[in-house]
Amino acid sequence: MLNLTIIIVAVCICIALILNLWRLLQGPSISDRILALDTMYINAIALILLYGIYIKSALYFEAAVLIAMLGFVSTAALCKYLLRGDIIE
Amino acid sequence: MPLYLEIIICVSLLIGGAFLLIGSYGLVRLPDIYMRLHSPTKASTLGITGVLVASMIFQSHLKGFFSIQELLITLFLLITAPVAANMIAKTALHQRTKSLKDTKGQDLMETIRDREAPTKPPQNP
Amino acid sequence: MKLFPMPFHSLLLFVVWLLLNNSISAGHIVLAVFFAITIPWLVTGMLDEHPRILKPWLAIRYALMVLKDILTANVEVALLVIGPIKNLSPGFVAVPINVSSDLGITVLASTVSLTPGTVSAEVSKDKAWLYIHALHLDDEAELIESIKQRYEKPIKEIFGC
Repeated sequence: MLNLTIIIVAVCICIALILNLWRLLQGPSISDRILALDTMYINAIALILLYGIYIKSALYFEAAVLIAMLGFVSTAALCKYLLRGDIIE
Repeated sequence: MPLYLEIIICVSLLIGGAFLLIGSYGLVRLPDIYMRLHSPTKASTLGITGVLVASMIFQSHLKGFFSIQELLITLFLLITAPVAANMIAKTALHQRTKSLKDTKGQDLMETIRDREAPTKPPQNP
Repeated sequence: MKLFPMPFHSLLLFVVWLLLNNSISAGHIVLAVFFAITIPWLVTGMLDEHPRILKPWLAIRYALMVLKDILTANVEVALLVIGPIKNLSPGFVAVPINVSSDLGITVLASTVSLTPGTVSAEVSKDKAWLYIHALHLDDEAELIESIKQRYEKPIKEIFGC
């Protein structure tokens, strides 16, 4: 039962990632693209944790933490750059 | 693995997956950037929490002791999601991104961009 | 010199270190205590004045209330997103606030972003107005009133400003 659920949820997340990718490529304004990128990070974390459950390993937690942190920092940096023309003032 | 644990894990995984999908669906479906901001910041937060709770229960069972590491990611995302949303909203306003035509209070957008106080006070304060 | 110049941050560092290593063995506890004491001691000179949490119990109650609101907010927004978009009427609203500290405003803005149908967009320069965007704006005055009653009042009490 668990394996079937994992596959269903993985398909859900992959569809979500494709929708994000569509918005990333399509996005009329640059803020749309940043938002799509931010959402892709969150979906990627979910996918990695799911893979960790699937192969019964705890190693993937570190990868998820790293993606969470880098995702936030890169979103903040991109926004800051567009707002002020400089990342570190 | 006992059946009841498996059921709990499956249910929270399914809830998480559904909310992640809804969040991304909203990102594609809603018409303007300010409305799109709502769906990933809220729906995706609950979605990731569902997956993390499932992962937490599973790892606790796997290791044989109570493993609440995953709470760290949940907490981090709960703190950073509104900040990221706020920064994206600022960027959109700074770039004078057009909002949907029948948005209420559109005259406020220039004021918000310049970070001034509103010139016209709200109708009934 | 105080042993814990920033007690809240020390506690946070201690807990996060143990969570990251996922263990409560003696070695990690010693390391966590070491970090909890040295890091605040090293950085305390670089920080501006930060307000203290005056009422910790109220803060915990506030956090629980916000968690409950996040749950309802998620379901509400998910329903709005799936439902017909034509009925949605988004709008910008200016909310007058009188929380004076930066930390209080940050907490208020984050809470507003995480709770039903609203995202905070900007704070005015004089820190007297919080601009929010609502996904579905029914009654502007009611929204402002609910934010002021539900979130601003406890924050003012917690930070005492």
